[in-house]
Amino acid sequence: MQFMASKQPENSLLGPESDSQRTLYPYVTGTSVVALKYKDGILMAADMGGSYGSTLRYKSVERMKPIGKHSLLGASGEISDFQEILHYLDELILYDNMWDDGNSLGPKEVHNYLTRVMYNRRNKFNPLWNSLVLGGVKNGQKYLGTVSMIGVNFEDNHVATGFGNHLARPILRQEWHENLSFEDGVRLLEKCMRVLLYRDRSAINKLQIAKITEEGSTISQPYSLKTYWEFSAFANPAQGAVGS
Amino acid sequence: MFRNQYDTDVTTWSPAGRLFQVEYAMEAVKQGSAAIGLRSRTHIVLGCVNKANSELSSHQKKIFKVDDHIGVAIAGLTADGRVLSRYMRNECINYSFTYESPLPVGRLVVQLADKAQVCTQRSWKRPYGVGLLVAGLDESGAHLYYNCPSGNYFEYQAFSIGSRSQAAKTYLERRFENFTDACGMIWSRMLLWQ
Repeated sequence: MQFMASKQPENSLLGPESDSQRTLYPYVTGTSVVALKYKDGILMAADMGGSYGSTLRYKSVERMKPIGKHSLLGASGEISDFQEILHYLDELILYDNMWDDGNSLGPKEVHNYLTRVMYNRRNKFNPLWNSLVLGGVKNGQKYLGTVSMIGVNFEDNHVATGFGNHLARPILRQEWHENLSFEDGVRLLEKCMRVLLYRDRSAINKLQIAKITEEGSTISQPYSLKTYWEFSAFANPAQGAVGS
Repeated sequence: MFRNQYDTDVTTWSPAGRLFQVEYAMEAVKQGSAAIGLRSRTHIVLGCVNKANSELSSHQKKIFKVDDHIGVAIAGLTADGRVLSRYMRNECINYSFTYESPLPVGRLVVQLADKAQVCTQRSWKRPYGVGLLVAGLDESGAHLYYNCPSGNYFEYQAFSIGSRSQAAKTYLERRFENFTDACGMIWSRMLLWQ
């Protein structure tokens, strides 16, 4: 009798055995992704950090990838789940291409597919621990949407994940406008990323900016933002502190 | 066609390389009441002769809306046609739900054709006894397809199926070049006065 292991159905929520079958916490995570619509398409920015708890463990993680001809996907959250999503999308795009019939999945279709995947996983209490940003252009139509790990999804002119929602979105609400030029768009994104760099502990100063237009997508080489630490308030931060 | 020893089931080839059960299924389409389709660059029109069993009964429904952008007209065993229409509606709605986008007609037609082909290669099945004229709009414009019980499908500018359809075909062959820019061709009804 001792040799028979207790047989719980795989999808049972009870007990430690079934816990090893589903996601409980994230391990290696990426921080904010910020994106906006501009004149020719979508601009997206994300840093290249993969944190292991509070350790900034990996510093060359590409958190934005092109999907098919028309879309760009950026992810924050568990990196291994992002890789799993890329695997699903790879297959999706492959089968789409295999039809070879002139039709292709655009950003709206990919976004909705991802929403279905994320929401269904959430319903099984086994989420893909990511917040995703999906942007693209098809037939002149710009599209920018986001999906979270619980399946909340929406489209907007500018989106962000994680800390970006609190620090970047307010800046974008003030300063975004229709038909931004490429330079203005990049400047605006860099402004957001700089604030995140100063204030988000999981951010690192190595980022990429990706752009997608009707012609296709490009992801920049990694680069750093200039920062300024000589503000007098930072000079002696513990000056007025109690007990120092 | 005469009865012969190779037509008992669909998985038997004749020495001449024919599958008689499939050909007999196509015969069922030819015996059904006519259905016609024709298209322009922006529109497709489907029409059909709706037979009634007797003076007392209602007319058979032979045109079905499959989705907002796809419709189908059938000829042959209408019961088989309804089953296939239900399949098409299901495929369309599942695609719409997952991708928030209409299923391209060309893909639906291939799925339908593959479904029909299965019935030509299983000994416990029989081919669907219905021909379908599938009309739909997608990104690349207006399309009209004909799906056969054999599992073949073809794209057409204009086509007709069912009994006495040859008269309509001849009429259409002479005029189809003018359809491209026309915007709604109700006069296709005239073809049905055969």
